[in-house]
Amino acid sequence: MNLVTPGLGLIFWQLVTFLLVLFLLAKFAWKPIMSSLREREESIEGALRAAEQAKTDMAKLKAENEKLLEEARVERDAMLRKAQQTSEAIVEEAKNKASVESAKIVESAKQQINAERQAALADIKRQVATLSIEIAEKLLRNQLKEEKAQRDLVDQLVKDASLN
Amino acid sequence: MNRKTFRKFLTFTHVLFFSILFSTTAFSQEHTETGEETEEEFKVSEMIMHHVGDSHEWHFATIGHTHITLPLPVIIYSADQGLEVFSSSKFHNESLSYGDYKLDEHDHIVSQSGRKFYDLSITKNVASLFLSAILLVVIFSSIAGAYTKNRGKAPSGIQSFFEPLIVFIRDDVAKPAIAGKDKHGRPKYEKYMPYLLTVFFFIWFNNLLGLMPGGANLTGNIAVTGVLALITLCITLFSSNKYYWQHIFATPGVPKWLLPIMIPVELIGVFTKPFSLMVRLFANITAGHIIILSLLGLIFVAKNIAVSAAIVPFALFMNLIELMVAILQAYIFTLLSAMYIGSAVEGHEDHDDYGH
Repeated sequence: MNLVTPGLGLIFWQLVTFLLVLFLLAKFAWKPIMSSLREREESIEGALRAAEQAKTDMAKLKAENEKLLEEARVERDAMLRKAQQTSEAIVEEAKNKASVESAKIVESAKQQINAERQAALADIKRQVATLSIEIAEKLLRNQLKEEKAQRDLVDQLVKDASLN
Repeated sequence: MNRKTFRKFLTFTHVLFFSILFSTTAFSQEHTETGEETEEEFKVSEMIMHHVGDSHEWHFATIGHTHITLPLPVIIYSADQGLEVFSSSKFHNESLSYGDYKLDEHDHIVSQSGRKFYDLSITKNVASLFLSAILLVVIFSSIAGAYTKNRGKAPSGIQSFFEPLIVFIRDDVAKPAIAGKDKHGRPKYEKYMPYLLTVFFFIWFNNLLGLMPGGANLTGNIAVTGVLALITLCITLFSSNKYYWQHIFATPGVPKWLLPIMIPVELIGVFTKPFSLMVRLFANITAGHIIILSLLGLIFVAKNIAVSAAIVPFALFMNLIELMVAILQAYIFTLLSAMYIGSAVEGHEDHDDYGH
């Protein structure tokens, strides 16, 4: 059985060569290969983790933006509503003021008209009075032109007075 | 070289291998038929044993009467002569002998005067071993260089061919088999990665080199697989913790009176595991070579070239299976080594009871 009888020389050379190859490869090949494989895997893992982190950060930022936007929208709506209310109030007030003013103007105009009328009436009365007096004077003058008439009047007057 | 071209390359080499093997043996066949020596009959088993066995010279091809061989150095150490180094071509004579030494029919060196000596020759297998060692060191240090050059960047070139394999050995072999963390908080498997990677690529490279035209059957040699299994055993024993030994000498859940039986069984188990590693790799690779060689040998046994129409496609199919077996056996050896080491280093906290 030549095949299953190990030869001494081959055992020796195999042991020496294999251990030498093992030593050389361990020192000059496997060590740098394994370390750089590990390094690369770590860097890939780190990059993936960073990407994941960036994604969540992005989502957070987006949500924050959304929230800000929503807040701004609400605020804007509130402001608009307030402005509308204010403008309505202003218009209302202006209307009120205008009606009050107009009422006042109308009132004062009425008063003035009244006063004018009063004045005109008074004037007319005075003129009528004057005219009546003048007429009466003239009439009296005319009636009491004669002596007799004057006497009659005085008599009359005296008579009236004595009767009282 | 990317994966696709690499595969193409391998397939190409195998087609080439067959055409060369076929043509060279065909030449020798012709030579037997037309030659004067009728005793040089074709013996399949001899041819197979010659191909799967070791040799003192690297024989590539025989064209006509010309053998294309590379003579390899013979190194012999003996207590009386000291170290002797000479070329194996010195044996190229009628008696196949040089001085006191002679090549026997198995291509082994024997002493004619019965002296005791140690044969440390650079045989075909040793030469192939050196070649694979150089290949491994050159390829993987260039890959390591690529890792330093494009640090943190995507792999490129040959680096991207080997990276999935390296990552596979780490993530699917070492990590699940060697669980837990050491007292510094580092995963335990990291310490054994250099051995596991080296043994995986060593076996795979040599399996593939063995399938190359004229390649040596290195991983199908019991000395080689034995040394690899021995190293796994040594690593297992030297890194074993008290739970490993507790498991052997006081197997949990086993009644006291059974221990006299269990302890020897468990102790034998320590050695049968690496023994199975040794035999599995040796038998798988050698068997693969023998199947292919037997198939091709059939052509010459039948002495009919028409037979090759059926044999060659089938041999090609077997060779493709061998390509798969090459990486599969490398994976199995690495996985089982990792599991044996894992069983020796596993702590009490990550101990599970199934299967024991």
